[in-house]
Amino acid sequence: MLGYIFKRLVYMIPTLFGMSLISFLIIQLPPGDYLSSMIATMSDSGQAVDPDEIERLKQIYGFDDPFYIQYVKWIWGILSRGDFGWSFEWNQPVSGLIWARMGSTLVISLLSLLFVWIVALPIGIYSAVRRHSIGDHVFTFLGFIGLAVPNFILALTLMYVAYRYLGQSVGGFFSPEYAEAPWSLAKLWDLLAHLWIPIIIIGASGTAALIRILRANLTDELHKPYVVTARAKGLPEYKVILKYPVRIALNPFVSAIGWVLPHLVSGVTITAIVLNLPTAGPLLFRALVSQDMYLAGSFILLLSALTLVGMLLSDLLLAILDPRIRFN
Amino acid sequence: MTLQENLGPRIDRPLVVADGPSISPLKQGGTVSTATIGPWRLIGRKLLRQKVAMIAGAVILILYLVGLFAEFLAPFLPTTSKPQYTYAPPQAISLFVTNPDGSSDFRPHVKGYRVEIDKVALRRTFVVDETKVVPIGFFVKGPAYHLFGLIPMDRHLIGPLNPADPMYLLGTDRLGRDVFSRLVHGTRVSMSIGLVGVGVSLVLGVVFGAISGFYGGWVDMLIQRVIEVVSAMPTIPLWLGLAAAIPLTWSPLTVYFVITIIVSLLGWTSLAREVRGRFLALRSEDFVTAARLDGSSETRLIFRHILPSLTSHILAVVTLAVPTMIVAETSLSFLGIGLKPPVVSWGVLLQDAQNIRTVATAPWLLIWPSLAVVVAVLSFNFFGDGLRDAADPYDN
Repeated sequence: MLGYIFKRLVYMIPTLFGMSLISFLIIQLPPGDYLSSMIATMSDSGQAVDPDEIERLKQIYGFDDPFYIQYVKWIWGILSRGDFGWSFEWNQPVSGLIWARMGSTLVISLLSLLFVWIVALPIGIYSAVRRHSIGDHVFTFLGFIGLAVPNFILALTLMYVAYRYLGQSVGGFFSPEYAEAPWSLAKLWDLLAHLWIPIIIIGASGTAALIRILRANLTDELHKPYVVTARAKGLPEYKVILKYPVRIALNPFVSAIGWVLPHLVSGVTITAIVLNLPTAGPLLFRALVSQDMYLAGSFILLLSALTLVGMLLSDLLLAILDPRIRFN
Repeated sequence: MTLQENLGPRIDRPLVVADGPSISPLKQGGTVSTATIGPWRLIGRKLLRQKVAMIAGAVILILYLVGLFAEFLAPFLPTTSKPQYTYAPPQAISLFVTNPDGSSDFRPHVKGYRVEIDKVALRRTFVVDETKVVPIGFFVKGPAYHLFGLIPMDRHLIGPLNPADPMYLLGTDRLGRDVFSRLVHGTRVSMSIGLVGVGVSLVLGVVFGAISGFYGGWVDMLIQRVIEVVSAMPTIPLWLGLAAAIPLTWSPLTVYFVITIIVSLLGWTSLAREVRGRFLALRSEDFVTAARLDGSSETRLIFRHILPSLTSHILAVVTLAVPTMIVAETSLSFLGIGLKPPVVSWGVLLQDAQNIRTVATAPWLLIWPSLAVVVAVLSFNFFGDGLRDAADPYDN
């Protein structure tokens, strides 16, 4: 097992390297150089341009150096002192801006993942056991809709419905009266009242996909001889289904974290922009529009790293569940 | 007994036959077995049997036809704005008018608008006025256009008899532009982005997948790592990052192609993976070995022997990839960093529905473009699923 973990960790290094390369490419992509745009912004806003400061930044990020040296400097800054670069729009280090946002992104993604599991598991089992029943058809139909409606359209629609029929203020994590209030039970309740909309929106397509997978896998298992044996032995029906076939069909469920997580992180990004949630999405979007590229690139790198860690966890979990993977 | 009868003639036959070994023909007279039908007709037959897939296919065809004949189908130009009709609600078509004496005549029409002042919000709102009749007709004269960019025409499938009259079947937007006409024109852009994007993905996916699966070794290793990196990155942040770098000064057409390429760059990975898997499986098949021993070059092996046997499968995967591209374009344009006005796509239309206040005033700005996206995505999914099932030779 330890050997397996080690192998997986080593495999992550080139992937992470590739991701950082792509992120840095995005930083470099917009034409023009950051320093001149920063000088322009600073003089626009009436600030005095400090030549020493400019010289210092030039030194640190190597704006006159070729691509690969700038890249090495950026990566070295991240690895050695957690320095992701300078945000020219906010005029402060990127590292001071991203962590709180990444934290809320992580929380929302995990909650959505939990939602996906909790909803998909019973529905998937039901759909497989009661194939072609009315309930199955209803869930299949809903599943197709869930897969077909893009996140942001679902967000807009739910926002409209909540605004029009529930009279709820949507968007953000809190109602205005609680935004600055200290933590209390009422504030927690307010947070939960706001959270359900983004979580449903973000989880919808993942849930639909997982239900389909679970239904297909379980259907294959349900007709195998060992199930017949279990039933013939006189086990109660719930045990026949839950104890053996569901356990086998769960494997893809766990490995699904690997590909559901990038989806969820993607979904969080665009949904948060629409609903104006204080996660990485809106800040990343703003940074991209104003071409504050170190901030944007760092977000892209961290979001990618987040999905990579998710994949690692799903692989490890799968190895714990399935000895065939562990010992191969 | 039957066994004996069957065996009988063979035992009687002399062991040495003058005209070569006896080979029983595959085709027995009278019964045309499916073995004589080519693979494509088999797939076609199976596909025809799937009702949902066929309906979905028809919808896709209709959407592309709408895109092709956009100018003819749209009653107005997508850019014509009438400030006197901002946020006008949709009108319904009625076929009969009732005369004052109680009789009714067949005269297709829509009802005109009446302006009311909303006392609470203090703004003008349009209400459909039941007393005003705007006669409409088919093949009416309207704004001039060039069909396919070549044939000058001014007839439109449907429109008001008097071109200056309002006929807004799906309402108007903030600038008083006809949402129906814009939606029809948006269909062209959005549907074609999906097609072109998938084309680029296809080329990339097949080339890299084929190289990876056919040669194996370190090339395979390298390509697999690249695919891993690209597919592990969350798509929307990556799309955003790439699209944000497009300079504002580029022409709409250039932006269109760049967006297509961005969208397809990230879609080729799954296709490459499929193709690679098939190549790995087929590489050691007997017919490939036979062709290799016959002295076929590697190019010939790939293009003449291996690729044709996975075309149908690729076709299904490609169909299933189109909706991703459509959603990608829509998302980017919605956020304002994809296609930009004056280009009209579904995403650009949805951009008008960005804030909740606008949606509350004019829900049709959200409903119709969203419906178009969902219908297109669903159709491609259903059709692709059907195609995949039909292309699977082992499933009966």
